[in-house]
Amino acid sequence: MTFEVGSGLSIGVILTTVILVAAMLIWVERRLLSFWQERLGPNRVGPFGLLQVVADMIKIFTKEDWVPPFADKFSFVLAPAIIMSVILLSFSVIPFAPGVGVVDSNIGVLFVLAMASLGAYSVMLAGLSSDNKYALLGALRAAAQMISYEVFMGISILGVVALAGTFNLREIVLAQEANGWYVIPQFIGFVIFLIAGIAESHRLPFDIPEAEQEICAGYHTEYSGMKFGMFFVGEYLGLVLIASLITVLFFGGWLGPAFLPPIFWFALKSFMFIAFFILLRAAIPRPRYDQLMSYGWLFLLPISLVNLLITGVIILSTS
Amino acid sequence: MLTLIKDTLTSQVVTLWRVFSHLWVKADTVEYPDEQPYMFPRWRGRIILSRDPDGEERCVACNLCAVACPVDCIALQKTEDEEGRWYPEFFRINFSRCIMCGFCEEACPTNAIQLTPDFEMAEYVRQDMVWEKEDLLINGTGKYHDYNFYRVAGKKIGGKDKGEALNEAVPVNVRSLLP
Repeated sequence: MTFEVGSGLSIGVILTTVILVAAMLIWVERRLLSFWQERLGPNRVGPFGLLQVVADMIKIFTKEDWVPPFADKFSFVLAPAIIMSVILLSFSVIPFAPGVGVVDSNIGVLFVLAMASLGAYSVMLAGLSSDNKYALLGALRAAAQMISYEVFMGISILGVVALAGTFNLREIVLAQEANGWYVIPQFIGFVIFLIAGIAESHRLPFDIPEAEQEICAGYHTEYSGMKFGMFFVGEYLGLVLIASLITVLFFGGWLGPAFLPPIFWFALKSFMFIAFFILLRAAIPRPRYDQLMSYGWLFLLPISLVNLLITGVIILSTS
Repeated sequence: MLTLIKDTLTSQVVTLWRVFSHLWVKADTVEYPDEQPYMFPRWRGRIILSRDPDGEERCVACNLCAVACPVDCIALQKTEDEEGRWYPEFFRINFSRCIMCGFCEEACPTNAIQLTPDFEMAEYVRQDMVWEKEDLLINGTGKYHDYNFYRVAGKKIGGKDKGEALNEAVPVNVRSLLP
């Protein structure tokens, strides 16, 4: 079996790597957060606390997997499976390096956006089936937030798509080899995509659907054991996904000086954005729910539309 | 909209930078079992019963500590030896109740009961948290090295009569008219 795009071996390797990276992020996030808060973080289990992930896994697998008697069993079990699978499916179109990837889809960008929309079903089902007021509030917030931020998430990357002339993520990276990284011509698009990406993966400061201080844990209040673990890892998977999408769309994917292999450049750039997301969590307080909504619809939407308009004008006038 | 952009740049970005710059600040954490924290001498930890400089028990079983104790974790019984010195027959502190408030130390008229900086008192069996007098009594004076209650108090004990204590005037003979 050869290691090429779409081969069984590469699918297996990518799947394993992505899940392992997402699990390791639990430790990375705790350590980085603690450094920024002048603490040490988990450093007891293994060297530098690296085996903390293993300890967490053992703990979460041996916990009682309890389904509340008042919950709607089918959708309660379905919800965590949806979020894991849609995010893992999104990774199938990401070009990690030349020859590394699952699918070279001609509609890669649209596929990622579609999967992100399906992710909203997961949180809605989780919140509704839990039959719990906090879960319901979290699901309401998550649904509204994800649907509204998807709009300008899509519009913000249309500038990149227009510049590259393709929806294929691999070809977008190759176009950046010729034209330079799209973060320079599409800086506004990059900032909007970054903000919308945080809101999509409901990370802090936009973790309003699962704001602990307001509504317990939001839509996964009633979840325990590995079902909670799937939401938890799913959130980190979403973080990796957004970071790699930013890398692919705006920062030239695997492109970089030749003294290191392309996959390393991809990993390095993605990790920079993951670290930035964690820094956001350490630094920025959570906005109010209505502030989040008005910020999105009244500020980000016009800006992204204007950005798209100007990009279109420039493309038309130079061609 | 312009103010929003300006605020974002001045406030949010500055915040991000300030938090990021904590990366090169040394952590405040004391890694406890490997590294012992500095305990202040007046820390209110494990309770002890001290002895006076002559090596006798300081506690005179006055019960003031038991009265002061807000959680009633101190129990004791007074008894007397042949010299007339009072001492506790038993002295029991239930550390599963004790809140380390230090009121007993404040109430003690003889500096007998004292709180120490030791805090490592966890037990696996709840019964082990009840400490008897032989567990509490130490072979030392604690925080006050020179104080000896019977040497300064006017109480008569064997070997020390009325008026023989430190700074104590000889008792006035009320039946005599002489000044």
